[in-house]
Amino acid sequence: MLEVKDLHVTVEGKEILKGLSLTVKAGEVHAIMGPNGAGKSTLSAVIAGKEGYEVTSGTITFEGQDVLEMEIEERALAGMLLGFQYPVEIPGVKNIYLLKAALNAQRAANGQADIPAPEFMKLIKSKIAEMKMDASFLQRAVNEGFSGGEKKRNEILQMLVLQPKLAMLDEIDSGLDIDAMRIVADGVNSLRAADRGILLVTHYQRLLDYIIPDHVHVLVDGRIAKSGDKELAKELESRGYDWVVEETAA
Amino acid sequence: MSDVQTFLDRLAERTEARRQAHGPEPTWIAARRQAGAARFEALGFPDRRVEAWKYTDVRAIARGDFALTDSADFSPASAAALTLPIAAHRLTFVDGVFSAALSDLGELPAGVAVLPLSQALAENHEAVGGPLGRLTGVEFSPFSALNTAFMEEGAVVRLAPGSVVEKPILLQFLSRANAQPVMSHPRVLIEAGARSQATVIEHHIGESEAANFTNLVDEVMLDRGAILTHYKLQEASLKDLHVASIHVEQGRDSRYTSFNLNLGGSLVRNDLVVDLNGKGAEANFNGLFFAQGRQHVDNHTLANHNAPLTFSNENYKGILDDRARGVFNGRVVVKRDSQKIEAHQSNANLLLSDRAEIDTKPELEIYADDVKCSHGATTGQLDEEAVFTLRTRGIDEQTARGLLTLAFAGEVMERVELEAVAERVELAVAGKLPERFNLSGLVEAAMSLHDD
Amino acid sequence: MASQEMEQLVRREYKEGFVTDIESDTIPPGLDEGTIAFISQKKGEPEWMLEWRLKAYHQWLKMTPPSWAHLDYPAIDYQAISYFSAPKRPEDGPQSLDEVDPKLLETYEKLGIPLHERAALAGVAVDAVFDSVSVTTTFKEKLGEAGVIFCSISEAIRDYPELIKQYLGTVVPVADNYFAALNSAVFTDGSFVFVPEGVTCPMELSTYFRINAANTGQFERTLIICESRAQVSYLEGCTAPQRDENQLHAAVVELVALEDAYIKYSTVQNWYPGDEDGKGGIYNFVTKRGDCRGDRSRISWTQVETGSAITWKYPSCVLRGKDSIGEFYSVAVTNGRQQADTGTKMIHIGEGTRSYIVSKGISAGRSNQSYRGLVKIGPRAKGARNFTQCDSLLIGDQCGAHTFPYQEIGNSTATVEHEATTSKIGEDQLFYCQSRGISEEDAVSMIVNGFCKDVFQELPMEFAVEAEALLNVTLEGAVG
Repeated sequence: MLEVKDLHVTVEGKEILKGLSLTVKAGEVHAIMGPNGAGKSTLSAVIAGKEGYEVTSGTITFEGQDVLEMEIEERALAGMLLGFQYPVEIPGVKNIYLLKAALNAQRAANGQADIPAPEFMKLIKSKIAEMKMDASFLQRAVNEGFSGGEKKRNEILQMLVLQPKLAMLDEIDSGLDIDAMRIVADGVNSLRAADRGILLVTHYQRLLDYIIPDHVHVLVDGRIAKSGDKELAKELESRGYDWVVEETAA
Repeated sequence: MSDVQTFLDRLAERTEARRQAHGPEPTWIAARRQAGAARFEALGFPDRRVEAWKYTDVRAIARGDFALTDSADFSPASAAALTLPIAAHRLTFVDGVFSAALSDLGELPAGVAVLPLSQALAENHEAVGGPLGRLTGVEFSPFSALNTAFMEEGAVVRLAPGSVVEKPILLQFLSRANAQPVMSHPRVLIEAGARSQATVIEHHIGESEAANFTNLVDEVMLDRGAILTHYKLQEASLKDLHVASIHVEQGRDSRYTSFNLNLGGSLVRNDLVVDLNGKGAEANFNGLFFAQGRQHVDNHTLANHNAPLTFSNENYKGILDDRARGVFNGRVVVKRDSQKIEAHQSNANLLLSDRAEIDTKPELEIYADDVKCSHGATTGQLDEEAVFTLRTRGIDEQTARGLLTLAFAGEVMERVELEAVAERVELAVAGKLPERFNLSGLVEAAMSLHDD
Repeated sequence: MASQEMEQLVRREYKEGFVTDIESDTIPPGLDEGTIAFISQKKGEPEWMLEWRLKAYHQWLKMTPPSWAHLDYPAIDYQAISYFSAPKRPEDGPQSLDEVDPKLLETYEKLGIPLHERAALAGVAVDAVFDSVSVTTTFKEKLGEAGVIFCSISEAIRDYPELIKQYLGTVVPVADNYFAALNSAVFTDGSFVFVPEGVTCPMELSTYFRINAANTGQFERTLIICESRAQVSYLEGCTAPQRDENQLHAAVVELVALEDAYIKYSTVQNWYPGDEDGKGGIYNFVTKRGDCRGDRSRISWTQVETGSAITWKYPSCVLRGKDSIGEFYSVAVTNGRQQADTGTKMIHIGEGTRSYIVSKGISAGRSNQSYRGLVKIGPRAKGARNFTQCDSLLIGDQCGAHTFPYQEIGNSTATVEHEATTSKIGEDQLFYCQSRGISEEDAVSMIVNGFCKDVFQELPMEFAVEAEALLNVTLEGAVG
């Protein structure tokens, strides 16, 4: 469903991605790993459409559509959803409003009417239970005053409600203790489906103990230097990234 | 208008006396004096209907009859007792008159000039004519107009590009107890060349019975990348009248840090006006005022963000006791198209007495959208939880309050890098705090401990 | 001039100038003693009321318009204004919705205004569609049972002269300011509310009920009195854009709260802001003040200001009673060429008085907006507290947002806190919402509504919903 071909991206004049290619098919879980500064977060940010990233060459297509031509919200409505590493706080905007507005936008895009209130509440209640979140979260402003773990859970909650075709999770494990990570991982695992792709971006292997990927890619210096299965992640865990870097240089 | 006339008469006498003694002045100076006098005459002293003077009544100045002096006599022993104990390049003025005897410039680095205004004019008046009046004409206020009409003495500090002055430059203004009160209108010019770096301390102090009127104007120019730390430590006698306006112009990537520390004076008004004209310029305003008795201290600050990517940060604290009155007016103006601005302003005050008053007005005037600006003003009491915590450690309540009051002032003082200044102010604050706080001796003890 | 002489003069002028004209509905533009006598006569007022008006007029003559506000508008020619015109007859207005500007109707649609009210608001002869008279009658009966008086100020002057004499002008003195003096001299209508001791008004009082009372907007005079332990919630204005031929509006609102009384006053102001160049918009110079006269009394102002070309308005509270509370919640939105200088004054006189100020300003387009506030703590106001939160949001780089808070604190036991921020709408917040599939326009309106939430939650329920919709309509086209 997602096809990235020879992607070159510069940020403030500096080339971060230097010819990255990646294919994610429905039903697959891909993990992108790599040392700090390799360009991991850049990839998901470019796919989601964040400003400040200049695509100098290459293509991104999603279900045959040219992603780079799409507006930010069009990408979300097409089914690509990004879970942020640092979710922003939005004072005064209740979580529940954001969820409802986003869900209705999705329904409108699919030619459906707004979700009836009782149906919405039922849906939300089951999802927050799944994320082991308190209902009071819904009444609080988006991410305002949330702990790191709460923010991440909130990101997954949005995924569970919006049911994207492609879920991209950027360093979703950073700043989480082991319990919170389990909850987040369970949430992600429940998203696994034959018609859905998942793209995990992570620095550490430990998340992959909970979410077993089908494919692991090592991103070094703006390119995928090595691909493999979950065993590759284990190898990275025991040997570090240096050997891949050296192998690439050789 | 008779108040204004008294000052104009003095000006006429002075001008005539100067002409007889020294012959005619350079025409540009005479012309500026005339413009200053005309402007002052037109404006008169401000009354409280003028917004900038809404909370400050200047009748004590307007109704005064102040002489002008040519004498700089001051007992060296008393001067030594008053001066800041710090190694510095020192210029001393007594009631506005330069005292060579009490000045010691020591060795200045190459490219650095520190000299009295009179000497700078005598050596090359044209070199002074450029910067003088560049940042403030006679329009700013009746007092700056009056200064322009009367100015004779002051200090000129020139820093060549790239020069660094390690020791602070200390400009010391001493005020005497005169039979008839005198007035002085010092003008200070600081020209900091590109990438130069220096610390200038203005210290206003004098005999405890002094009751003079000081009307100061500073013009400070920072070229590209210059870094200047500017202290104004005002410890004048409780009868002195003190009006000052400091005008600063900042070029690209320059940094100006002001410490405006006010402990003395019966009627004090400070205006600090900074124009951030170059990208990357940064201004820091730190202020502390402590007034008691019937002291009146008014601080007005203005940061003009005239260029994009400029930053200003302001933190003023006031402590007011007895029937003292404090005024704070901080203003931030962001011009249209000055994008990516950050400006933060905070003013906190403590009232120690029911008859003390604080009037505060932090203003934002913003015409650009990519800005992050904030201001906060609080007036209130000490944190009761902190009082409680200290008491659980065995400190009695009054001492706890005294310590926390000192800590309140300390939040400004901890940014002061010159220990001599920080200690001086801390001692003064501790000494001024009411006796009920039981602090006498405590701070001294702490400091002597520190010295060991 | 001795009052007797003045009286004679007035009578003479009145006699010579207007006695024959009294049956006409309108007087030519201009303002003099005769104009005032005409208005007073037309309203069937007693003599003391005329004297009161004339006193105000003479004070006004000696005053000059205030120039301190951050506003820029041409001088107003007070002699070019017509100070009295009778309500429009139905046959003068549009006869059906078909004759109304479709743009206006489109806005009503967006605001969710019910059909029958749309006609009324657009000035269509409404009797056929909306029987306001019978509605009013029903409410009046209910209020009467509770002992609440709710009528026009003109009726009150005729029917309750003692209450008027006791309270009118005691909160906003006739010479309080230029516009208040003008209003005192020439006001033509407004509301009067009196809630007797111990009574909680059984319903929210709204000017909606007198939708038909056309032309009361220009020099409105409102007086609300709550006796001990009485409570009332009063709603002024409505969200629909109101067109008015009169460019100058100078209203005065006085609130009096006695012991333990509570008055909640909510306003939605959406007068015509003028065209794209700001031409033709309303100048709105309002004096609103509440007097917390009794101990533990409470007055709360909530306002949503989206209209008018010029807004000059500072709803205030005088906190006289011990432990009394003053509140001010405000959302002001300016777009196009609008200018607003608005805020509040909290005057703490009594012990233990408290005040809260929450002001949210949104500037878009080429508009300019200022928050101007005063918190004054008098020497007797022991333990007084104020908290002020004042935030500005900028949308676009051609607008301005300014903050001028004055604090005068004369009591050491007082706690006064002021916080203010100015920032532009967050790019990262927009991106976050958009990355969830929400369009930019919807994202902006979500964020702006979130920004204003603290104030909206103070509005009565149905007002709050309309206010959110109104905000979106006002900000239309501000982004992108």
